[in-house]
Amino acid sequence: MSIPQEHDYIGSSEPLQVGKSSKDVKNNIFNLKETELRLGLPGSESPERKVANGVSIFGKDLKDESVNGFSHSPLKNFVSGAKRGFSDAINDSGKWVLSMNGGSEVDLKKADTLFSPKGVNVGGKNNNNLQSTPVKPVEEKKNENGSTAPASKAQVVGWPPVRSFRKNTLATNLSKNSDVTGKSGSGCLYVKVSMDGAPYLRKIDLKTYSSYAELSSALEKMFSCFTIGQYSHGLAGQEILSESRLMDLLHGSEYVLTYEDKDGDWMLVGDVPWGMFTDSCKRLRIMKGSDAIGLGMAYNFLTTFRASTCSKDHAEMQEPKLGKCNQQKDRIF
Amino acid sequence: MGYSFPEEALEHVLWFLSSDKDRNSVSLVCKSWYEIERWCRRRVFVGNCYAVTPEIVIRRFPEVRALEMKGKPHFADFNLVPEGWGAYVYPWISAMSVAYPWLEEIKLKRMVVTDESLELISKSFKNFRVLVLSSCEGFTTDGLASIAANCSNLRELDLRDSEVEDLSGHWLSHFPDNCTSLVSLNMSCSGSEVSFSALERLVARCPNLRTLRLNRAVPLEKLPNLLRRAPQLEELGTGAYSAEIRSDIYSNLAEAFSFCKQLKGLSGFWDVVPAYLPAMYSVCSGLTSLNLSYATLQCPDLTKLVSQCHSLQRLWVLDYIEDSGLEALSASCKDLQELRVFPSDPFGAEPNVFLTEQGLVSVSEGCPKLQSVLYFCRQMSNAALITIAKNRPNMIRFRLCIIEPQVPDYLTLEPLDTGFGAIVKSCKELRRLSMSGLLTDRVFDYIGTHAKKLEMLSIAFAGDSDLGLHHVLSGCDSLRKLEIRDCPFGDKALLANAAKLETMRSLWMSSCSVSYGACKLLGQKMPRLNVEVIDERGPPDSRPDSCPVEKLYVYRTVGGRRIDMPGYVWTMDEDSTLEFS
Repeated sequence: MSIPQEHDYIGSSEPLQVGKSSKDVKNNIFNLKETELRLGLPGSESPERKVANGVSIFGKDLKDESVNGFSHSPLKNFVSGAKRGFSDAINDSGKWVLSMNGGSEVDLKKADTLFSPKGVNVGGKNNNNLQSTPVKPVEEKKNENGSTAPASKAQVVGWPPVRSFRKNTLATNLSKNSDVTGKSGSGCLYVKVSMDGAPYLRKIDLKTYSSYAELSSALEKMFSCFTIGQYSHGLAGQEILSESRLMDLLHGSEYVLTYEDKDGDWMLVGDVPWGMFTDSCKRLRIMKGSDAIGLGMAYNFLTTFRASTCSKDHAEMQEPKLGKCNQQKDRIF
Repeated sequence: MGYSFPEEALEHVLWFLSSDKDRNSVSLVCKSWYEIERWCRRRVFVGNCYAVTPEIVIRRFPEVRALEMKGKPHFADFNLVPEGWGAYVYPWISAMSVAYPWLEEIKLKRMVVTDESLELISKSFKNFRVLVLSSCEGFTTDGLASIAANCSNLRELDLRDSEVEDLSGHWLSHFPDNCTSLVSLNMSCSGSEVSFSALERLVARCPNLRTLRLNRAVPLEKLPNLLRRAPQLEELGTGAYSAEIRSDIYSNLAEAFSFCKQLKGLSGFWDVVPAYLPAMYSVCSGLTSLNLSYATLQCPDLTKLVSQCHSLQRLWVLDYIEDSGLEALSASCKDLQELRVFPSDPFGAEPNVFLTEQGLVSVSEGCPKLQSVLYFCRQMSNAALITIAKNRPNMIRFRLCIIEPQVPDYLTLEPLDTGFGAIVKSCKELRRLSMSGLLTDRVFDYIGTHAKKLEMLSIAFAGDSDLGLHHVLSGCDSLRKLEIRDCPFGDKALLANAAKLETMRSLWMSSCSVSYGACKLLGQKMPRLNVEVIDERGPPDSRPDSCPVEKLYVYRTVGGRRIDMPGYVWTMDEDSTLEFS
């Protein structure tokens, strides 16, 4: 049983008829919403927002072509956390990986390919900016306001539907992470890695490893270029480095892996459980064995590295507390 | 004359009826059955505190021992109901303190509970046993102290998700030394640090304690002290799950956990340090319920943990679990019935974890008993929803929140109508549904046609026109609660289905297109509904009738209009005059 029709005339000045096109309906909503006093934060947008300036999945700009007024931003949904090999995303710009089976195509690649010595540049930015947020392949695009998009967008009141207690707890968690790592976001943990004798530092995401073994093998690969280079430099007549020789080299006795913790102390890697290590590690240093004597032990951590020279002044390296980098001749292992 | 069933016999039979539905049916048989039933009803459930008055309840049911009641609309959880809206419990406590001196249980949800109310409870009911305050607010630790001090037979004190003003942690110390009756204590929502020795002594002297949910302030290294004194615990909520890494703390903790052979449920895990996780591995195989929704563990740790919980029936977790963790879950936890995945960074512009629709699809495939889902994610496809629907026709509660409003199927760019349509078509027992993403009127057509058992529906940023609302109101036979925000629904569907609203508990509409005039009309024509307009812009009379109201809350009631409304709530009733331009 329904209300008799004569009551229809109460209807609003812009009656929402069934037959009307959805676009008109949306426009009506827009108009009404413009005049309504909303409870959102200052500057927060109506949810039926103007279409964002994102690049669409097919590379077209969908600014005003949208029929229903919704924002075409499916591209955002592809970009997952920092675990993705973002070099793939860059190389495949305009061609998106649609299958999500464990991210097979954009599998987590270990540090060696992700951080090849050539470096990966996103619009001219260097590695250091990777730490800010997960990959944004369209970083150079700006939103309508002409400023770069903020890390978290303006909020609609009560959306997404997360209770206050949870929101507050999350906020504390995120800020705790940023205290430790110097940035917001809880998906990655980049720390600098320096090696005595290497001409430049590297950066790795500790969150991509789940054990010391993984970390050490990644560091091996990352810094092997220095040791191999030095090695072949030092030993004339031996052009090809056989695998067994390489392993001997790497498992030699010269280097020790240390880290700087939250308190600013340099510690030997490996003492504490992995999780605690990642929580407190601020940077890593592959230290020459002789300098590590002050740490109380000269034995090796899982793998050590060898370099024959250490001649340069590294502005980025922290002044070692234990004595400066020595120039050393080759030592036959 | 004629055969008459002796009253005493009937009363004896009715003792066995606990379901409200059954008892309501009994009371409709005839007047004498109505009379007998009302004298022996001990438990009353009031789904909307404004649907009835304390006086009416007391008059009909004079011998009540347990009251369960709900207050504010569900969307109050998300700050859509302004402060001071109502749902005060004091008038109820006041009336019951006189009428029900033997009251034993009070369970409240989304109500305002003052210290005054708590004190009155503690002094009025000599046999008081159970106090559950779920998502309530308005009280301080002083109120808790009254309860602790005066309720000598207290069995349950459960403050889940409530907001308590922490004036001091001493409230716990008010439990007298001769209080040994505690069965359940949940103080997880409070912030203050209680005296640990008082807590320890309390736990030690309550041999029937089965549920203990600590707050964040209770340090991990002290947890073993409690566990050792309560090895019979079935549900434990830890405090902060972090401490400096020391092997003595670790082994103490691990040993204490190993003594708790009855543990079925675990929660807490604030500030979790992964190094301490293995300490609880010994209880994993027996766990049926695990709440990790505050645990900022990463995928590997989460995966390892859930993979050991083979008996798990309920899992609440953050989206750090990612698709791969959910796949492991689906392989390991074949008894899983309920899954809730919460967002770790809901306001971030970009995804921070690799959690997609695939995780939910995996669980729907691998867990045959899965019937209750709450899932936050950033992308969805019709194909995935269709797969989930096909896998799990036994679904009862399905709540999907795609974080960005109005996002279409990311594969086809179409609305998600067909996906949700598949859900309602396949899941014939579906009782609760929350939708998100891009949705047109078509999805409401599917819902109205198929969702015949649906009792609660939540809609946001969806639909094109009144037709959508009309489909729902006219088609969903079992609908009790409908909550809508930011949808282009207006007057027509509402007015055309006004009678339907009397069959429902409540309707919430905010940021829609319902005009003030329509609200007045509805209020005028439907005297058994309270039609309340919430508008913080000032009196709706100061604007044209055609102007849409900010928020509308309509509910059926036998209690008449309420008298405790704040200044921004107006009731539309027979007294409203209609002005037509």
